[in-house]
Amino acid sequence: MGSRASTLLRDEELEEIKKETGSASGFLLHELGEDNYQNSLSHPSTREVSHSQITRLYSRFTSLDKGENGTLSREDFQRIPELAINPLGDRIINAFFPEGEDQVNFRGFMRTLAHFRPIEDNEKSKDVNGPEPLNSRSNKLHFAFRLYDLDKDDKISRDELLQVLRMMVGVNISDEQLGSIADRTIQEADQDGDSAISFTEFVKVLEKVDVEQKMSIRFLH
Amino acid sequence: MFLLLPSANLIVSLLGISLTVLFTLLLVFIIVPAIFGVSFGIRKLYLKTLLKIFAWATSRMERGAKENHHQLYKPYTNGIIAKDPTSLEEEIKESRRSGSSKALDNTPEFELSDIFYFCRKGMETIMDDEVTKRFSAEELESWNLLSRTNYTFHYISLRLTVLWGLGVLIRYCFLLPLRIALAFTGISLLVVRTTMVGSLPNGRFKEFLSKHVHLMCYRICVRALTAIITYHDRKNRPRDGGICVANHTSPIDVIILASDGYYAMVGQVHGGLMGVIQRAMVKACPHVWFERSGVKDRHLVARRLTEHVQDKSKLPILIFPEGTCINNTSVMMFKKGSFEIGATVYPVAIKYDPQFGDAFYNSSKYGMMPYLLRMMTSGPIVCSVWYLPPMTRQAEEDAVQFANRVKSAIARQGGLVDLLWDGGLKREKVKDTFKEEQQKLYSKMIVGNHEDRSRS
Repeated sequence: MGSRASTLLRDEELEEIKKETGSASGFLLHELGEDNYQNSLSHPSTREVSHSQITRLYSRFTSLDKGENGTLSREDFQRIPELAINPLGDRIINAFFPEGEDQVNFRGFMRTLAHFRPIEDNEKSKDVNGPEPLNSRSNKLHFAFRLYDLDKDDKISRDELLQVLRMMVGVNISDEQLGSIADRTIQEADQDGDSAISFTEFVKVLEKVDVEQKMSIRFLH
Repeated sequence: MFLLLPSANLIVSLLGISLTVLFTLLLVFIIVPAIFGVSFGIRKLYLKTLLKIFAWATSRMERGAKENHHQLYKPYTNGIIAKDPTSLEEEIKESRRSGSSKALDNTPEFELSDIFYFCRKGMETIMDDEVTKRFSAEELESWNLLSRTNYTFHYISLRLTVLWGLGVLIRYCFLLPLRIALAFTGISLLVVRTTMVGSLPNGRFKEFLSKHVHLMCYRICVRALTAIITYHDRKNRPRDGGICVANHTSPIDVIILASDGYYAMVGQVHGGLMGVIQRAMVKACPHVWFERSGVKDRHLVARRLTEHVQDKSKLPILIFPEGTCINNTSVMMFKKGSFEIGATVYPVAIKYDPQFGDAFYNSSKYGMMPYLLRMMTSGPIVCSVWYLPPMTRQAEEDAVQFANRVKSAIARQGGLVDLLWDGGLKREKVKDTFKEEQQKLYSKMIVGNHEDRSRS
């Protein structure tokens, strides 16, 4: 009956999520308790925006979680019709699940979604000594790179590129044509002559592309 | 022990008297007006009082939130993220223009950056999609004093809690027995009298009686649910020989429409109490009940519908082309069966006011009985019914286009979102053909350019 926005997150998980996703405000204060909420009050008001964003995403997470066990499985994602018809739907779903696991909890969910926060949010909270935020240009590119890199060996080989292309075009293009497309792409990008695209080569090819705009999702409120 | 006896007698006699009083009141104030279609306006008064209470409660909660520097959680029904409306074509053209380091007239076939589009679209649908949220109850912007809709409106003040407690008391101890008594009366009258009418020989008298029996019982049921219905444009009410289509939110839709007109119904066979009612009703009036899963049944239904509408003197048919209950924020794909027949279609839009009680029947979560119980223990059900002008299929459109046209009209009138998705997605997976369409579109983009290049 609708989704429950009250969180079942523990304090440790909360802290981890705050650090990783770069949103430093507290969650629903009622569940957090007064102390934690007081901490969040000292942060600038820009953080308050992400407070409600996290609430909504948790609400979304619970509504997708049909088994009501606090984690999502691949089937839960495939139940979204608009995602199921996306040619790269399976690759995107895979990005949520760490190596060898079949369930993702809210923390993992937020980590993956955090890649798509707009970059200008970081301007307000420059932390020079901390780790690079998940939604930096480099990390966004890395996310896209991982969609191509099926075996996670940090290289996009000809076979991997062919497989991903095949997913995107279905049965509409012949093998030869697709092969020549893949060859051409690798030829243009490859600089060290290993017939595969490494991450640096990937970045070089896309240096003129407005990655920030294409890989960011804005919240309405 | 001996002291108990006289007091027990007293209690029993008190109980007897109160029951008699209750039933007399019932009879006078509710059942008799129901028979004649008159209303005392008690329900409207109830409505006004509730509205005032809600307004007060909301202002109280907002005040409480401000005092404690909290932010009041407001669910937004229009979506939480800004969705980029650009299509695949536009996006790819744009990325070719700006990202390509080659000469402008040399359009490449495939770019590594093409993946961004699919990736972002996929992520957007994970955060917020149009379809799955239609299959669960709508979230309210402010609390309506029912604990079942209480997501984040926690304890704010004593007065609010007292009010809520009072609401619970009234709803469960006073309204619930009243409603159950009414529902019981209504349903048993329906079953008994349709069976009686069914034993009469076919003819005009039987039809006349059956119409009035149905009407009366539906009116009693409407009062049992404390439904406050506003009918608009009654001049467009469905006439004999036509088909009435409406958006479907719950089985209560049937009661709402049928208490204002005479219909022959088409619907799925149910078990239990509903089955009993269906079997009784069909004795008096030619309703059509079928098995959703039986393919042969579908053909049978189509044939019977055709026969029915060809006879202009027969009652209009009531059908819900979505095939399943949707949560009243949108209208989903209409099944084309009823639009192929060629009869005049009378569209009806039904919109429930979510503030007072959520009428959506989530059949995958609850059974019929718990649902009815929920309905009877909540506040009034307020809804608006719009009778839209009749539509017929034009020469150049096929059944699917006609169905979409009717659907858009209903969505527009009721203020609902018009979706092309199939309501069956509630239970089933989406067909692969949609994915194949997307793939085809993208292929055209990268191969189409190739053809251009080879020509130039």
